[in-house]
Amino acid sequence: MIITNIEIIPGKTVVKHLGMVQGNTVRAKHVGRDIMAGFKNIFGGELKGYTELLQEAREESVARMTQQAEAIGANAVINVRFSTSSITAGAAELFAYGTAVILEE
Amino acid sequence: MTNIIIFLVLLVLGYVFGRMAERRHFKSIIDREKQYKHILCFNERTLPVHTPIPEVSLVAGNVVISIDYFKRIAAGLNNIFGGRVRAYESLIERARREAILRMKEDAQQHGAQAIFNVKLETASIYKGRGQQIGSVEVYAYGTALINKS
Repeated sequence: MIITNIEIIPGKTVVKHLGMVQGNTVRAKHVGRDIMAGFKNIFGGELKGYTELLQEAREESVARMTQQAEAIGANAVINVRFSTSSITAGAAELFAYGTAVILEE
Repeated sequence: MTNIIIFLVLLVLGYVFGRMAERRHFKSIIDREKQYKHILCFNERTLPVHTPIPEVSLVAGNVVISIDYFKRIAAGLNNIFGGRVRAYESLIERARREAILRMKEDAQQHGAQAIFNVKLETASIYKGRGQQIGSVEVYAYGTALINKS
């Protein structure tokens, strides 16, 4: 499975477009991390807990997108975009979407 | 009275530690930017024609950076008088450069020489009505070109 955010894969041709595939996940921060973040808000600096949380969440949304693409028989997802939105205080949605295609050499 | 003392203590702590953290961070950003300058970043969508056909892979980097107490108060004052909010400018600059560096680190691990179609996404993270937690997340992603050799 090839995943990229460009339209063309070098050396390969798109033989069939299968439409859009997407994956999302909604994550809430846990209390321990929130308390640490509260301290960091006084001193400034990187919030490592949040960085990891968001990274894991994005990987999961990409995994879900990939699953969906595999289910419809694609071997690549091109033109992938990411989007983030906060739903309520303390929870965020991470969303990945792209075009599922079948590639041939 | 105690409230004022707590406020002033937080303000001083924020100023001292915030500045220290920022200076240290900028120094490390500049060092690592030199270290990774052989990986080129482009925001073009089209790839140049390569003779050995390269492999492609999605690479990404993200970072969440929190503001300090002093900056929040300074930005609050700026909200009254208007003008440039320098406190936030440097915060977001730090976050963007750090995210790009992490993306380059990811590309390095893949053995890539260039990253195309780089996109940057910025999100602010707030919690609670009093905006108790204020931080900014930057996510950088792009397509890395890996030359097979």
